[in-house]
Amino acid sequence: MKNVVIIGNGVAGITCARELRKRDSSASITVISRESQYHYSRPALMYLYMGHMQWSDVMPYPADFWAKNRIELVHDTVVSCDTEIQTVTLASGATKTYTHLVLATGSSVNKFGWPGQDAKNVQGLYTLQDIESMETSTAECDRAVIVGGGLIGIEMCEMLLSRGIEVTFLVREAEYWNNVLPKEEAQLVSRHIGKHGVDLRLQTELAEIRTDTNNVAVGVRTKDGEKISCSFVGLTAGVHPNTDLAEQSNIDCGRGVLVNQYLQTNIPNVYAVGDCAEILLPGQTRGVVEQLWYTGKNQGIVAAQNICDANQLYERGIWYNSAKFMELDYHTYGQVPATSTDSTSLFWQCRNTEKCLRIAFDDQRRVTGFNSLGIRLRHKVCEQWIADGASLRLVVQQLSSALFDPEFSTDVVPDIVLSYNARATDPIPVPKRKNSFWSKLIPVK
Amino acid sequence: MPLQQSTSSFYASVFMQKNATGVALFVFGLVMFCAGSVGVFVDSPILFSLLSIGVATVGGLLVATSAFGGLAGVKNDGTMFASSKNRGAVGWLMGIVLTLFYVLLYWFPDTLQYMVQAADPVSYTLRGMPADRWFFYGLLYTIAILVMGLRFIGRNRHNRYQIIRTLSVMAFQTVFAFAIPAVLEALQKPYFDFKNVWPLDYDFFYSWHLNKLTSESTPFFAGLTLGEFMLYWGIAMIVIGIPVLTYFFGKRWYCSWVCGCGGLAETVGDPYRHLSDKSMTSWKIERWMIYSVLVLVTVMTVLVILEYVNPAEYSFAFSRSLRTFYGFAIGAAFSGVIGVGFYPIMGSRVWCRFGCPMAAILGLFQRKASRFRITVNGDQCMSCGNCSTYCEMGIDVRAYAQKGEDFTRASCVGCGICSSVCPRGVLKLENDSVATAPHNKTDR
Ligand SMILES: Cc1cc2nc3c(=O)[nH]c(=O)nc-3n(C[C@H](O)[C@H](O)[C@H](O)COP(=O)(O)OP(=O)(O)OC[C@H]3O[C@@H](n4cnc5c(N)ncnc54)[C@H](O)[C@@H]3O)c2cc1C
Ligand code: SF4
Repeated sequence: MKNVVIIGNGVAGITCARELRKRDSSASITVISRESQYHYSRPALMYLYMGHMQWSDVMPYPADFWAKNRIELVHDTVVSCDTEIQTVTLASGATKTYTHLVLATGSSVNKFGWPGQDAKNVQGLYTLQDIESMETSTAECDRAVIVGGGLIGIEMCEMLLSRGIEVTFLVREAEYWNNVLPKEEAQLVSRHIGKHGVDLRLQTELAEIRTDTNNVAVGVRTKDGEKISCSFVGLTAGVHPNTDLAEQSNIDCGRGVLVNQYLQTNIPNVYAVGDCAEILLPGQTRGVVEQLWYTGKNQGIVAAQNICDANQLYERGIWYNSAKFMELDYHTYGQVPATSTDSTSLFWQCRNTEKCLRIAFDDQRRVTGFNSLGIRLRHKVCEQWIADGASLRLVVQQLSSALFDPEFSTDVVPDIVLSYNARATDPIPVPKRKNSFWSKLIPVK
Repeated sequence: MPLQQSTSSFYASVFMQKNATGVALFVFGLVMFCAGSVGVFVDSPILFSLLSIGVATVGGLLVATSAFGGLAGVKNDGTMFASSKNRGAVGWLMGIVLTLFYVLLYWFPDTLQYMVQAADPVSYTLRGMPADRWFFYGLLYTIAILVMGLRFIGRNRHNRYQIIRTLSVMAFQTVFAFAIPAVLEALQKPYFDFKNVWPLDYDFFYSWHLNKLTSESTPFFAGLTLGEFMLYWGIAMIVIGIPVLTYFFGKRWYCSWVCGCGGLAETVGDPYRHLSDKSMTSWKIERWMIYSVLVLVTVMTVLVILEYVNPAEYSFAFSRSLRTFYGFAIGAAFSGVIGVGFYPIMGSRVWCRFGCPMAAILGLFQRKASRFRITVNGDQCMSCGNCSTYCEMGIDVRAYAQKGEDFTRASCVGCGICSSVCPRGVLKLENDSVATAPHNKTDR
């Protein structure tokens, strides 16, 4: 009988446990995690601080789910694992043997050796404990500085704004998230951040965090020498895989815990999934680390399949992701390089509202990817177009089937067709704007 | 940039002040109601009306318009910290006051005899007669929907579905539930709310009502008297309106666009929508209760109709006590006292979810014969829980979303808030079976 121990109750570990239970009703399944007794949604952390939700709301499964599915939960830290005798040791001193071990230990916040980075009221945002400490360290705060212009940085801005705290946001790039987003999108988001009253400092890097005699943060100094005073510093310059446990246990690690495409480590009955795993393709020395919710989910499924001898390769499939930049919805599918230009993509931006769409294509004008801001796109449709290598013309012509905005939203298709026609030799007839009340009420297909 | 920052916080503080002034005026209006109810203003109804209804409305409008402050977008900051919204002391106090009001209104109307006079000026203007308690209640109800509807629009103005839907409930309440019945009464025609459909309007087939509708003789339209027209209208709504409209639009055409109870829940009840219980247990209780009420009202109505059609042959001893029980327990206690009085404690849709027989019928059609569904956008859900939390009907939306399954639940009133609050654009209310998304209805 299988006796599977999973370390980490994040989305990767929990999805693995659920998939195992689906496939094997007799296996013993134990999930050990140090952060919380129950699995919760990490991307929902911000809403706890902002008062949109309570702790009980961010747990995707009810408390009786685990007993019903015979998944044993242990709220403890694994301090070591011995892969010879197939045993893990917990901080409490208890031990647990296994036939299969899954490492789903997630990541930790990056700190780049900045002076003062460990001072009081300086922190990143990753765990539940981070939210609790943020609650206390911002209780009296009226000015904060956030360092690092990624997805978590903007979330932290939004959180602080919700408490009426003034925020200065230091971003290394020329525009917010410009290393991922093409210029126009990045500018749109940067403007949106400004509109919310954030003091956005582009091309600005942190030199040090200034502290008082009690080692409490009192401000920062940028590399340009500017001093900004504040009583809270958020460090959001990315995360790195948690590998310490694996490293101590003769499991090979690179940036993350190294696994093959079956998500197996160098020890055959030990798997790694989610944020902590670095997936090596045959013949490569540097693998990919995927730090996303959905990749963690899919990896958890594949590891469970392989524990059940399914011999399943992990393949990411067509890339997708979504986020929300304050009030701006963001969807992306396929490949849209940050270097996209007019000759490799069709870009449309609404004149009076914050909406834009980019459709990237290859040299044969086959669509390779989508970026949308302020517009929601249908996953299945976009994915199909990319998989089929649909032509740009076809995609623009049928664009309305890919829109996922709430009913009665402004119809953006005619404007997008116009901007296609402006640069195309094969113009498309411009559809009538479906904006009337009745046409929205009774969609004619 | 710093300038922008100071202006935005300047506006924030202006809106906070406006909000606080609004609350103060509203409370002042309530105090005036209380003063009036012990007869302080007996000789000056206009003054009473202005100080109570007038001041409270102005206060409400200040609160409502402050919802237009800041940038458009989801406005749930601090909801869980607010005593008024999350069953804190203020919430309980409001629940008790509201409940008390309903208890007095239904069962001790004499205690309100002076308070009701606050509606006299409006009543004389519209109907030429003094206000009775139902006119008084209808007036407050309508003002509440209008004021809080404005607030709702302010908070949801990034979403046109929400704006249009709210304008719709505001208009239906004002025109169909308030103005038309008042005019009918002024013309000494039978009271009739054209949008109130059996079985929500459970006494539609009661003999006194049928007699009233058939007692007229002057033709009004196509050879029918106005009363006959109302009778056929009511029946047409049941046999044609319910199935056809629900097939095309789902039950939302009624519950979150037209209905008066729904209108109140969507506007006045909006601050409490997240208080609905999401557990499996309450879903079970919900199905038991709502279908029991449906059976009850159906049996009661069949008996009433039989007795009406053939009084010589049919007379059921328990029919009368059934009606009394239904009127007391369901019509008053459930839909009024618990349904609205408990808003700040159990959320805004307790009646709609656990009790309303109309919602039960519409829900059956929605599940079995409707193009309505909620589409889940591929695998984008990251299980945050905003959708489930803000579902006023207590549907665990996330349970479907995180599985990537489109779904249709009988109870869904189609308010569209799950789609609006979802930070990953995962949910969309749709009427048509788009071939591109697999349409798999599940029971979970
Ligand atoms: C604020 C925030 C917002 C995010 N938003 C998004 C988003 O919108 N979309 C998206 O795709 N991704 C998002 N992410 C990333 C996403 O949350 C992660 O990729 C995902 O949670 C990783 O899941 P995981 O299971 O691999 O690891 P984790 O969720 O990190 O779980 C690892 C668990 O392992 C436990 N653990 C580690 N070591 C030990 C040990 N020695 N003993 C016991 N337990 C241990 C930890 O306590 C932790 O609970 C966000 C991340 C953050 C921090
Ligand atoms: S709000 Fe959206 S992302 Fe969050 S659980 Fe619901 S569907 Fe998923």
